Amino acid sequence: MKSSVGQFRFWAIGLASVWLTLFVFFPNLLVILTSFLTRDPQATVSLPINAASYVRTLDLLYLTVLWDSLRMSLLAMVFCLVIGYPFAMAIVSLPKRWQPVILFLVILPFWTNSLVRTYAIQFILGNQGIINKSLIGLGLIDKPLQLLYTQFAVILGLCYILLPFMVLPLYSALEKLDVRLHHAAKDLGAGPLSRFWHITVPLTSPGIVAGCLMVLLPAMGMFYISDLLGGAKNLLLGNVIKTQFLHTRDWPFGSAFSVILIVLLGFMLWLYFRAARFVSKQGGLNGSDF
Amino acid sequence: MNEPRALLNLNNLSKTYGSNRVLDNFDLTIYDGEFFTLLGPSGCGKTTVLRMIAGLEDTDTGSIQLDGQDIGQVPAEKRPINTVFQSYALFPHMTVFDNVAFGLRMSGVAKAEIAPRVTEALDMVRLGDFAQRKPAQLSGGQQQRVAIARAVVNRPKLLLLDESLSALDYKLRQQMQIELKRLQRKLGITFVYVTHDQEEALSMSDRVVVMNKGKVQQLGSPREIYEQPANLFVAKFIGEINQLAGEIVAGDVNHEYEVKVEGLKWRLHAEHSFKVGDKVNVLLRPEDVRVEYIDDPHPDQYLVGTVVERNYKGKTLDSLIRLPSGIEVIASEFFDEDDPSFDYSLNQKVALKWVPGWEVVLPHEV
Repeated sequence: MKSSVGQFRFWAIGLASVWLTLFVFFPNLLVILTSFLTRDPQATVSLPINAASYVRTLDLLYLTVLWDSLRMSLLAMVFCLVIGYPFAMAIVSLPKRWQPVILFLVILPFWTNSLVRTYAIQFILGNQGIINKSLIGLGLIDKPLQLLYTQFAVILGLCYILLPFMVLPLYSALEKLDVRLHHAAKDLGAGPLSRFWHITVPLTSPGIVAGCLMVLLPAMGMFYISDLLGGAKNLLLGNVIKTQFLHTRDWPFGSAFSVILIVLLGFMLWLYFRAARFVSKQGGLNGSDF
Repeated sequence: MNEPRALLNLNNLSKTYGSNRVLDNFDLTIYDGEFFTLLGPSGCGKTTVLRMIAGLEDTDTGSIQLDGQDIGQVPAEKRPINTVFQSYALFPHMTVFDNVAFGLRMSGVAKAEIAPRVTEALDMVRLGDFAQRKPAQLSGGQQQRVAIARAVVNRPKLLLLDESLSALDYKLRQQMQIELKRLQRKLGITFVYVTHDQEEALSMSDRVVVMNKGKVQQLGSPREIYEQPANLFVAKFIGEINQLAGEIVAGDVNHEYEVKVEGLKWRLHAEHSFKVGDKVNVLLRPEDVRVEYIDDPHPDQYLVGTVVERNYKGKTLDSLIRLPSGIEVIASEFFDEDDPSFDYSLNQKVALKWVPGWEVVLPHEV
């Protein structure tokens, strides 16, 4: 019995390790290596090894893109949090048997390709889209509003695609929250707002941080959102990388940007684990139900 | 002694969950400054009553008055009542200090006043050195004391304790019982304690209400409850008791009856009124039963039984004695080291009697 468990563990961990080595570690290693090579029109990349690509990323143009995409992603994150938190609270407050149904509906859109869904947003926001047509039809405006190809459209798209990633960790954190702590806080004189602020928020902070990262990290790289909804002016970091690889064919420069993105995301993850460790130190409850 | 002042009035409280009536027209008055205990088996509605007083549970019908004011519609956070929860429900993300300070901060006590009051409360439960710890770093008994400090620091009019000692081991529980009682005397706060442990209820309370199935079974001092149980449920729930079937043979005006028990006629006192021919239960506490050697001289009548079990308990010798009718009676006797004839052997025939007047005669119940 014990040895079969041991064998299972060996194979499970072994396979996962091989998988991660082949498809995560080596590709990333290649990206890092490439970022230090030189662009070559014939062979794509060639020696010598240098850091010229990194120096080029410091160009004001690219720093602006970096800043813009960070800002749009942060805004998307904030909106997702503001929408996702009450949403997750609402799910938790539902009867237990309804919760899985709603969670299922939350992830249902994943069954459709996100590119297709982004095209759908394009149709909604476009000059001939539903919103503009309805507003004109109602006589509220004379000519269509410029909704598509704006920063607003990009942020909306990011929120739409990434909201489930915010809701799910928030739900799991809220669901674990012990209702008895709320009773205790209530008993000690805390009104609804105080309870939310002093009990719910701190005890769900791992969920908040996880949700924020799950939105922020992918948002920076979602080039097809800004391609379809943002036009040429509202670029995400992912757009720059995509352009370097597919259009400009400057692999070292694209790789350098990828590395920067990875480092940035790694730093945020590090922040998350610090926060998570801080919270997990705090233990749970004793005894049975009140 | 002063006339006790009513602090809390519960009138006609009822509560139904689905088809389960957990509380049935429940009335109760709790006096200012007393240690009051709600005692009953699990599911008897005692915790529901506590949660209604705290404001954590709605009432279906009835009213709750604190100091003459109806607080039925006042939310829990506005009631001058605090609870020590069974699970302690300490806030895991806050230090012990912040846990205890929570109530004061919520009620807007001046900042300068908070630290001294928290320190005082923690010193009172002997946890002064633990202020900066997190709850998870404390033992169960220490967490329990933090929970008490967190509640009493607010100087509530009423402190509710929900099975607060049940998670502790036996020794610690005994120690905490004494500590709680001492704390209650010192603070002068009215304590309402909920427990299913009759020993705990008897040793700590000024008054006890015994509940079953959402109804009051008996209300009285621990002594009344133990010595004059109002019905069979109370008699059996509070400690061990022997139950003998009897029948009223003759009665007279002063509640003195002639009762036939185990084939013999006894003159017994009863609080209830009976008619001749009524079936009754004669109840005897194990410690009120006397076992003697049959060869000894016996001025009074006695029952003859056979020792079927003898159980050395340290403090007492508990014997199980079978009567001719098949009923088995437990006798619990303190050791008398000077009495050579104290111990019994199995299957020995013994004489069984009890201290006259210490029996309880109740109507027959199935």
